[in-house]
Amino acid sequence: MLEIRNLHASIGDTEILKGINLSIGDGEIHAVMGPNGSGKSTLASVLAGKEDYRVTEGEILYQGNNLLDLDAETRAREGLFLAFQYPVEIPGVGNSYFLKAALNAIRKHRGETELDAFDFLQLVKEKMKLVQMDESLLKRAVNEGFSGGEKKRNEIFHMAVLEPRMAILDETDSGLDIDALRIVSDGVNALRSPERSFLVITHYQRLLDHIVPDFVHVLKDGRIVRSGGRELALELEAEGYEDLHDRDGLRVAAGA
Amino acid sequence: MNSTAILEEFANRDYEHGFVTDVEQDRFPPGLDESVIRALSAIKKEPEWLLEWRLAAYRRWQQQQEPEWAKVDYEPVDYQSISYYAAPKTNSLESLDEVDPEILKTYEKLGIPLDEQKILAGVAVDAVFDSVSVATTYKEKLGEAGIIFCSFSEAVQEHPELIRRFLGSVVPPGDNFFATLNSAVFSDGSFVYVPKGVRCPMELSTYFRINASNTGQFERTLIVADEGAYVSYLEGCTAPQRDENQLHAAVVELVALKGATIKYSTVQNWYPGDKETGAGGIYNFVTKRGLCEEKASISWTQVETGSAITWKYPSVVLKGDDSIGEFYSVALTSGRQQADTGSKMIHIGRNTRSTIISKGISAGRGQNTYRGQVKILPKAANARNFSQCDSMLIGSDCGAHTFPYIDVRNPTARMEHEATTSKIGEDQIFYCNQRGLSTEDAVSMIVNGFCKEVFRKLPMEFAVEAQKLLGVSLEGSVG
Repeated sequence: MLEIRNLHASIGDTEILKGINLSIGDGEIHAVMGPNGSGKSTLASVLAGKEDYRVTEGEILYQGNNLLDLDAETRAREGLFLAFQYPVEIPGVGNSYFLKAALNAIRKHRGETELDAFDFLQLVKEKMKLVQMDESLLKRAVNEGFSGGEKKRNEIFHMAVLEPRMAILDETDSGLDIDALRIVSDGVNALRSPERSFLVITHYQRLLDHIVPDFVHVLKDGRIVRSGGRELALELEAEGYEDLHDRDGLRVAAGA
Repeated sequence: MNSTAILEEFANRDYEHGFVTDVEQDRFPPGLDESVIRALSAIKKEPEWLLEWRLAAYRRWQQQQEPEWAKVDYEPVDYQSISYYAAPKTNSLESLDEVDPEILKTYEKLGIPLDEQKILAGVAVDAVFDSVSVATTYKEKLGEAGIIFCSFSEAVQEHPELIRRFLGSVVPPGDNFFATLNSAVFSDGSFVYVPKGVRCPMELSTYFRINASNTGQFERTLIVADEGAYVSYLEGCTAPQRDENQLHAAVVELVALKGATIKYSTVQNWYPGDKETGAGGIYNFVTKRGLCEEKASISWTQVETGSAITWKYPSVVLKGDDSIGEFYSVALTSGRQQADTGSKMIHIGRNTRSTIISKGISAGRGQNTYRGQVKILPKAANARNFSQCDSMLIGSDCGAHTFPYIDVRNPTARMEHEATTSKIGEDQIFYCNQRGLSTEDAVSMIVNGFCKEVFRKLPMEFAVEAQKLLGVSLEGSVG
């Protein structure tokens, strides 16, 4: 599904990603964990095509094609989805209207017929149950005045409607209480399928109690310093990022 | 292309109404003096009192100074180089068949449903082509309800008592420099009278178009809603693309008698001038004012996307107790456009209420100024006003300015004023892109969302038109 090879990326003159290698197969869930400032959100932004970041080296293959050749909207239409850490408010634009335009842009790209208002509403009603979202959030402007939890739930709701192939969740758990965390996780778990892969970025292991990953990677200072199975997350929980060994068994200096 | 570049190209749209219609013209040589006004009045076979009214305004105008307080910057207008009358040569108004086919073609290009079949949508059109009204449709049907809807010149002939009673009753002939000039030289316009208790069964609509070069267009519109009457009126404006600037100094007067309601909507898309130099755009200096008697209500809704210079403050004088004034505005400036626009609400009666919602969008090197005044006079007990002025900036070379004047002379007044300035964020665009939307669609969506409160006030079919107009404005810019 996604193959990241020796990825280097900078913002301005500052190099943030310093050679990332990561391979995600169909239907797999990968978790990327790491301390603040390790480059987790940068990785998500680079994958989604945010222009502020410059890729200086390396390549990314997505479904066999060069991802870096595609602009952000084409990546989205090709099934790459980012659940934002800080979802943006768009005043005056109805959430439902926005989502319908997005879905139809994607369907059009795939050569499918666009959904009319009626079919769309039916689809939406079904998907709203997944994240237990209140119908009123559909009529309000995109994220405007939403609480932190509502914004995150709305992201998962967008994901449920747009049905991506590759979903990236950028710290979706931050700012969620335990009930909201469970609802969001249940939504994600319901969307797990052999055709859909996930990259779950998180600071805390508690999300991984709910969304159980196949692989866990530790990102530190722009590099993946350790990879392992589910148990790696638990180890981190116990020992913290401070006391981390890299793959070669060398001690990694404690970062920020 | 990154989104900054796309946003900055927002202004680079082409003006699609920039064609010129080739018809023979009767026109005066450039210049203005009393003999021009006499000749104009004579052509229109006006009564003596109206000629005197014009001449008095002209003499007054000579004493007045062109206002300089607005935040707009333009080459001075040479009023002697303008021709004050231009009319297509064949203008007998018996039926559409007699209208010059070239003119009908023009209206067709503008998408105006002039011929009878197309008007089944329920829009009655009084089309003003340069200085004379070419055709008025649906007049007969309106006539059955006792509604008068005709060109101003015709009204002077057919309904002189109404014209004499109401002309200048809201905007006095010496009101301001541009209104005074208009009073002296106005050539044509529309007149509406809705009798007592009658609800006008359809939207009335006028499309203005300045065709002849070097002619100023000085329309005069007068709408009177008698006691308990209701009327909704839309004006739309375009002009051909030329190299020299054209002057437009119109006056619109609305009279809402006891319990009457007037809704006046404008979609203005005059040629904005060259994107780089601003050359050739329309100078739009317009005086619009309404007068509300007891329990009457007047609502101005405007969507302004054109003109090189816009100087316009649709106002309501809330004279009667319990009267209501509203102003909803979207003003878009891009390229070299400058707009200084807003509203005045003058509260005289008790329990009077007013609302001002202004949305200014600046792109390219556009300069957008909101200038408004809310005045509560001593006798206006329990007056209320709510004002909201929002500005949106697109790109980094444009400007937004807000000058609200509030003058309260009665302690029971309640005033609220809100103002915001926002920039279309790269983050917003990226969020939309990430959901599969193109940058063009994203900008269009965000701008339309920003203007939603105003669009909601437009009659349905025109709301669609206004949205399209903004869409078109955005389209060319993303190229």
